[in-house]
Amino acid sequence: MSTVTAVLSPRLTAATTGRVLRQLRHDHRTIAMMVLLPSLLLGLLYLLWRDVPALPGQPTVFDRVGLTMLGVFPFVVMFLVTSIAMLRERTSGTLERLLTTPLSRLDLLLGYGTAFGLAAAVQAAVTVTVATTLYDLDVAGSLWLVVLIAVADALLGVALGLLASAFARSEFQAVQFMPVVVLPQFFLCGLLVPREQMAGWLQAVSDVLPLTYAVEALQEVGRSSTGTGTMWTDVGVVAGAAVLALALAAATLRRRSS
Amino acid sequence: MTDAVTVTDLVVDRGHRRVLPGLSCAVPAGRVTGLLGPSGSGKTTLLRALVGVQRIRSGTVTVLGEPAGSPGLRSRVGYVTQAPSVYPDLTVRENARHFAALYGRSAAAADDALAAVGMAGAAGQLVADLSGGQRGRASLACALVGEPELLVLDEPTVGLDPVLRVELWDRFHALAAAGTTLLVSSHVMDEAGRCDRLLLLREGVLLADVTPGELREDAGTADLEEAFLTLVRRGEQVAA
Repeated sequence: MSTVTAVLSPRLTAATTGRVLRQLRHDHRTIAMMVLLPSLLLGLLYLLWRDVPALPGQPTVFDRVGLTMLGVFPFVVMFLVTSIAMLRERTSGTLERLLTTPLSRLDLLLGYGTAFGLAAAVQAAVTVTVATTLYDLDVAGSLWLVVLIAVADALLGVALGLLASAFARSEFQAVQFMPVVVLPQFFLCGLLVPREQMAGWLQAVSDVLPLTYAVEALQEVGRSSTGTGTMWTDVGVVAGAAVLALALAAATLRRRSS
Repeated sequence: MTDAVTVTDLVVDRGHRRVLPGLSCAVPAGRVTGLLGPSGSGKTTLLRALVGVQRIRSGTVTVLGEPAGSPGLRSRVGYVTQAPSVYPDLTVRENARHFAALYGRSAAAADDALAAVGMAGAAGQLVADLSGGQRGRASLACALVGEPELLVLDEPTVGLDPVLRVELWDRFHALAAAGTTLLVSSHVMDEAGRCDRLLLLREGVLLADVTPGELREDAGTADLEEAFLTLVRRGEQVAA
C-alpha cells in the first residue's frame, strides 16, 4: 500500500522545475532584468574602455574584463535570485508543506538548479550575442563554450544561493550574503590583480575559491581557438563545487524543525 | 472503531518552552475529529508532529500504522497549514496542478479539487490577487488533490464567511463518509458541534476526549463554549 519515496525522482524534479519557471513567467520585470541587464552593464564597460589603447600584442582591457564578466553576471544574479526564492519558500510555509509530500529534498534542490540553469542559458546566449556583435568582444574560442561556462557559473550561484538561504532568517540577511559570498571571490579571481602577483597566502585562498576557475576557463576560451585541457579541468572544478554546495544545501535542509 | 493516529507520551519543546508535556491521545479513523483549545494550547505543534515536520523530544506518534513522517506516509497524509501555503505568484490552477503532480495525480484531478472547494471560477487568477478566504480554499484544494487517507487541517475556516464555513464542514463530512480521517483544529467552540469527536487541549494537556453530546451532558449546558470553560475551571479546582 505505502510507496517509499525515492531519494530522487526525475518526474518530481521536473515538476519542480516547471513550477519555478511558471513562477518566473508571471514576473515579467524579473525576466526582463535577468535577460537584459548583463548586456546593458557590459555596454557600460565597453563605452568606458572604448578609447583606451591596448598594448601591442595584448588583448584590449574590454576583451579581458568583458569576457570575465560573462561568467560573473550569471553567478551573481542566480545566487541572489535563488537565495531569495528559497527564503520565500521557507517563510511562506510552502517549504514545510512540500516536505510533507512525496517530493524529496534533492528533487526540490535539483528542480531549482535546472530551472535557473535554463534561465541562465537564455541570459548567457543573449549576453554573448550582444557582446560579440554590438561591442565587438573578441573571443578566439567557440562562443558555445562561453555559454557553457556561463551556465556552469550560474549553477554554482544557484547551489551557493540554496546553501546560503539555510543560514538566513530574513530577506535582509539573505541579501547581505551576496557580498560575503561574491566579493571575495571576485577580488581574488585574478581579474583585478593577476594571480601570480598576489601574496602567497592570498593566492592560496584564491586557489580554493571556485570563481577563480570560472574566470580562468573564460580566459582560456578567450585566447585559444579550441577547448584546452586547462579549460575543461576548470569547468569540472566549477561543476564539482556546485555539486558539493548542493549536497551541503540538501544536508542543511531539515525535514523536522523545532 | 480503529484509530488512524495514536499519540503516546509526546513531549515537545519549542525554544525553552515545553509545549506538550507528555500528551497521549488517539484520532478515530473515518471520522471528523476536532482539536480544540485556546490559541497557544499546542494545537499546531501536535498537528506538525503528526505530519512529521516537528522535532520531538520523546514519545511516539503512529499514523496509519507507521511512525509519523515516514516516507511511505507522504502520499497518504495531507496537511493544510494555518497560513495558506500556496504560491502567490502562480495562478490557483497552477498551484493545484503542481501539488497534483507531486502526489502523482492528473491535471483533471486538480480541476476537480478546485471545484470541490468552490474555486473553479477563480482558477485562472493569481493567488496574490485573491482574498484571504479564497487563498485558504486554494490551499485546501492543494491537499485534497492528493486524496489522502488522513487530512490534517489547521484552522481551515478562519476568515471564511458563515455560508462557506457550512459548505466546508459539509465537505469534511462527505470525505469522512467516504472513508477519509479528518483532524481539524479550531479555537472557535461553535465549530466543535460539527465534529464527531472532540479533543480539548489546554496548555498542552488533554482536558477531554469526548463527543460533543458527552461534553454538553458532562458540563450540564447546551453551550459548548460554556462546557469547555466548565471543564477548565474544574481542572483548576483539582489542581488547587
